[in-house]
Amino acid sequence: MSTSDGIEKKRYERPVIRKLEGGVPGKFGARAAMTPLTHIDGLSVSGLIEQFGSPLFVISERSIRSTFRKAQAAFTTRYPRVQFAWSYKTNYLDAVCKIYHQEGSWAEVVSGFEYEKALRNGVPGKKIIFNGPDKTMDDLSLAIRNDSLIHIDHLDELYMLGGLAENLGIRPKVAIRVNMDTGVYPMWDRFGFNYENGQAWDALNKIMRSGKLELVGLHTHIGTFMLSPSAYAMAAYKLADLAIGLQQRYNHTVKYIDMGGGFASRNTLKGSYLPGQDVNPGFDDFAEAITSTLLNASFVNNELPLLILETGRALVDEAGYLLGTVIANKRTSQGKRTTIIDIGVNLLFTAFWYDHKISPAQSFTEYTEETTLYGPLCMNIDVIRDSANLPLLNKGDHLVIHHTGAYNLTQWMQFITLRPKVVLIDQEGKPHVIRDNEHMETLTGLEHTPAHLTSFEL
Amino acid sequence: MKIKSNIAISDSGLLFNPGSGESYSVNPTGAEIIRMIRENKTDHEIRDYFLAHYQTDTSTFEKDFHDFVQLLKQQLILDLSDESTT
Amino acid sequence: MKARLNIAVTGLNAIDSPGPGVPVIRCLREAASFECRITGLSYETLEPGIYMHELVDKTYQIPYPSAGTEALYERLAYIQSREQLDLVIPNFDAELFSFILLEKRLLEMGIHSFLPTREQFEARHKFNLADFGETHGLLVPESKTLFHAGELIEAEETFDFPFVVKGKFYDAGIAYNREQALTYFNKISGKWGLPIIIQKYIKGTEFNVAGLGDGKGNRIAAVPMRKQYITDKGKAWGGIVVEDERLLDLTDRFIGETKWRGAFELELMQGEDQELYIMEINPRIPAWIYLTAGVGQNIPEALTRLAMGESVKPFPTYTGGKMFIRYSWDMIVDHSEFQEISIRGEL
Repeated sequence: MSTSDGIEKKRYERPVIRKLEGGVPGKFGARAAMTPLTHIDGLSVSGLIEQFGSPLFVISERSIRSTFRKAQAAFTTRYPRVQFAWSYKTNYLDAVCKIYHQEGSWAEVVSGFEYEKALRNGVPGKKIIFNGPDKTMDDLSLAIRNDSLIHIDHLDELYMLGGLAENLGIRPKVAIRVNMDTGVYPMWDRFGFNYENGQAWDALNKIMRSGKLELVGLHTHIGTFMLSPSAYAMAAYKLADLAIGLQQRYNHTVKYIDMGGGFASRNTLKGSYLPGQDVNPGFDDFAEAITSTLLNASFVNNELPLLILETGRALVDEAGYLLGTVIANKRTSQGKRTTIIDIGVNLLFTAFWYDHKISPAQSFTEYTEETTLYGPLCMNIDVIRDSANLPLLNKGDHLVIHHTGAYNLTQWMQFITLRPKVVLIDQEGKPHVIRDNEHMETLTGLEHTPAHLTSFEL
Repeated sequence: MKIKSNIAISDSGLLFNPGSGESYSVNPTGAEIIRMIRENKTDHEIRDYFLAHYQTDTSTFEKDFHDFVQLLKQQLILDLSDESTT
Repeated sequence: MKARLNIAVTGLNAIDSPGPGVPVIRCLREAASFECRITGLSYETLEPGIYMHELVDKTYQIPYPSAGTEALYERLAYIQSREQLDLVIPNFDAELFSFILLEKRLLEMGIHSFLPTREQFEARHKFNLADFGETHGLLVPESKTLFHAGELIEAEETFDFPFVVKGKFYDAGIAYNREQALTYFNKISGKWGLPIIIQKYIKGTEFNVAGLGDGKGNRIAAVPMRKQYITDKGKAWGGIVVEDERLLDLTDRFIGETKWRGAFELELMQGEDQELYIMEINPRIPAWIYLTAGVGQNIPEALTRLAMGESVKPFPTYTGGKMFIRYSWDMIVDHSEFQEISIRGEL
């Protein structure tokens, strides 16, 4: 942009004045902590927004594949038999699931809907793991006929499976989900059968004695966003103990041990002093804890079971970006800077428990302001960051929220407006819309208005 | 509008108010506005200068300018006794 | 000719709850084996050490640990391009983790350090202390980690009142009854989160040991001290060197068992049963470190030499009968210096 007499106009930054206090750190380092993110996999953020709208979810295929390979390497270099199963609930967009299937992942589903999605995606029935407390009679029949791996959550399900097996004349392949004390709080004891109080053995005895079900595995899932690898060592020890017990008691060898998921991603939990990037354990830490326990367990004839992992969050979180735009700058009654952006908690569900890393998408100076970031919803809880030291953003500036690939695209809510597009950037740097934005008809098409309500006069 | 006469502002954008003992950091845009207020430029002159030299528009600048002047008043950097004449 | 080292030191907050930086620098200035230039690293603009030009040659501000190791790394890389540092001595609990993570990368740019391993650092954490004691056969007060207030009542079966209610990172209170225990539980967990640690209250005499391990299980230095005067913040304002073999034996066992690398401070309590309990292990130099130089065991000097790869012989003895008395004094500083560090981040 230039003036009439040809002088180049300077980039505008709003004027700020900030009191210097003894306790306030200078801008040094704050600058290093924040660098603009102008491009994602070679595509400019402003270009993506121009083409696909704002807000916009962007998923990097390159990042998905490289993170997956890192995780796989962490386990396969330590243990001979490893199988990943993609956790559909973390992100079940078909395109995303299929990247994981191309990388060799099976499917791990927790509902009839997800089960059908996996089948539609072309996953063979026997490579689908069916978890969760709510599996209907129809769901289970389908899973049995497809030879899928059914992980039993409660005794009612166990009996239902027994009945179905008889009716269908098929011996379903099953595992039980085991919950246990691994020294972490809160203990997840609402799913599966407890190890310490003997529930797990009770279920295993019922399966082994009935003969109607084929016990192929043991499963646990000890929690979510786990920061302690040693808890996995404890869990692996307890599952190995059950497996060895089955060998001794019934001369029965389970084919696999499924350690579930729950590995922390690189996000920073609210209230954590140090950034997640620095302190959260990585795949190597979890792999070391799990595999060394299994390798040291005394399996009969040293026959190591297949190790299945259902990690979701840690695989996909980093691959997801949420792009948005500044709507307005305001001040509170106390004079505190607030900035409203077009990304609300309805899209960024995880804002409730993470301090998401946020980068402006254009260059900025070292001047910053302590800012509260509000979403656009007409709702008081719509806060993206309570307090973030951000450069001076102007109305219309773009920003990028990092690490949004897990759970947001399955838990997002349609509230007062329509949900935006999701774009995948492939390995060559080409963008593909993998989920369209919603239209009025997307929603109204589901509605039916009774005849007596069709007309009115105002 | 007048900036208090004993207030010093350095090239690096440090503003020191000896009356209160407070120090402030001001970004270049802010320093430029303070300099122009000190030179007794009117709101309009300041606005026109910014529109001519910076990539901004009238409504953005006026809003930011107003916000900035409010902060200067709050921090007692602007001489309020002079208010009636502006 | 003596070697000349450029040493970076943090913890310049020589205030009423002082950081160890300034006393560390005094030890380094008195080192017999080398001369040094001191580069201060500060977080806040009013850390007194920044303005003590006879002790600190130049100070740079560095980002808070919460900004992450990358931000710290970038800032240190910039400082290194100006300073050619040989060594960094971090002195804050909260920053140690970041420096431990960066140790190798800093060495690649020529900055040595001599820090505990990440495992050692984590094992001695307050909520791991009971396990730590058990693993290494060291006596620590009985404790229990609680995740909800209901567990307090169960805990009363094993713990007699009074007992100590401690937060994950900071804060503690002595509870004499259930109501007080519950109050502390709620207050501390509200501020620092869960878990809460309750610990047997041990009445007795407190001793502290400042020491240095070579990472191979050898004690290079250890000076035991009894606090004589304690401020309302629990800091020693005066202390006396004590000569008690049992304190050194315990220190040797601690170093031998853990193969501790770097400086540390043991907070010990001699109970009424005459047993010595380890109350806390600080993985860094304590603020009263100048006393160690005063009695013939200059720990910062020895640590510097270890970090630079020299072999250092253990100090055989220390001088008895010495005490330290802390004092504070007011410096007169020109406002322009405050402006300089505030705006430019360097002074």
